[in-house]
Amino acid sequence: MIQGVQLDMLSADRLSKMTSYEKIRLILDDVHQGCVVVLERGLTPEEQGKLLEATMMEIAPGGFSGIEIETYPSFGGEKGFFGKLFKKDDSSRMMVIGPVDQLKMLSREKDRLIAWASAAQ
Amino acid sequence: MAAFLRIKGFFNKLFSKKRSRVGIYGPPNAGKTTLANRIVRDVTGEALGPASEIPHETRRARRKEGVEISSGTGSKLMIDIVDTPGVTTKIDYHEFLEYGMDQDEAVARAREATEGVAEAMHWLREDIDGVIYVLDSTQDPFMHVNIMMIGIIEARKLPVVIVANKIDLPDAAPQRIKSAFPQHPVVEISGLEGNNMEALYAKIAEVFK
Ligand SMILES: Nc1nc2c(ncn2[C@@H]2O[C@H](COP(=O)(O)OP(=O)(O)O)[C@@H](O)[C@H]2O)c(=O)[nH]1
Ligand SMILES: [Mg+2]
Repeated sequence: MIQGVQLDMLSADRLSKMTSYEKIRLILDDVHQGCVVVLERGLTPEEQGKLLEATMMEIAPGGFSGIEIETYPSFGGEKGFFGKLFKKDDSSRMMVIGPVDQLKMLSREKDRLIAWASAAQ
Repeated sequence: MAAFLRIKGFFNKLFSKKRSRVGIYGPPNAGKTTLANRIVRDVTGEALGPASEIPHETRRARRKEGVEISSGTGSKLMIDIVDTPGVTTKIDYHEFLEYGMDQDEAVARAREATEGVAEAMHWLREDIDGVIYVLDSTQDPFMHVNIMMIGIIEARKLPVVIVANKIDLPDAAPQRIKSAFPQHPVVEISGLEGNNMEALYAKIAEVFK
């Protein structure tokens, strides 16, 4: 088998049929196994908060040390009435989540994210 | 009806007005405790807790009740200040070893830090009426945790003041913070040196009243 990182890419359609808890559980189970999860439609801020709390409970010094989570920052450049009116829902943007020791953000721009993923040690 | 509402508002203000509980939030090491101490010390002469260059010094939320903020233009506002542990998605105990801690200390600090993050999130969900979100002006404001926290604060419709802290440092770029969060008031300060605190007090008095 080739060396590498498994990617789990979930469609918006699939995600829309899952509860918040199911999404969070699936993400953390994947991440624990060294997978990188790509969500076609990202978690809402509230769901991200719950994911963060669940992550904190599962961090074990010397073992799991947390997650890297990224989405296009949707703030900025959308000032003013029309910007607000036509601004897409934040949670509609793609989101990527992985184990912090395997996924590193190299650069973060408004419309481009560059990340480096490495295989589990 | 309008008159009734006005009278009701008047009596609410007079008798039952609950003090706003303002949480100081932000990533680890942004300068939350330094700022909380400065605010509380300016007003009461006391401190809230120790600040440190080592991340996750604050691992329990700390509250100071009845802090009176003066806007400078005569208006005053009484608030409770809550200094919270820094919010992050990752905690690796190895980081603490670099500050000269031994293994056991570092592991214990990591455990407490994870609980601290969860505690900060609980306060935000249940007990906070407004947020001072502190950012280190030398760091990237687009870090996901900031986008997430501002998203949660907006979803809960909590009033927020963003602080662009550490402007005394040569590589501070508070303008980046302003352009990252154009929808919220941003005040540039140095919590350590006490620069521009009057502008912050005026903004606090305006936003959390
Ligand atoms: N240069 C500079 N350093 C600061 C400022 N505010 C805080 N610090 C330093 O940043 C580090 C973290 O501060 P602390 O208040 O503990 O941050 P917290 O983790 O957000 O509570 C400490 O070494 C502080 O002395 C500031 O305005 N300017
Ligand atoms: Mg602190």
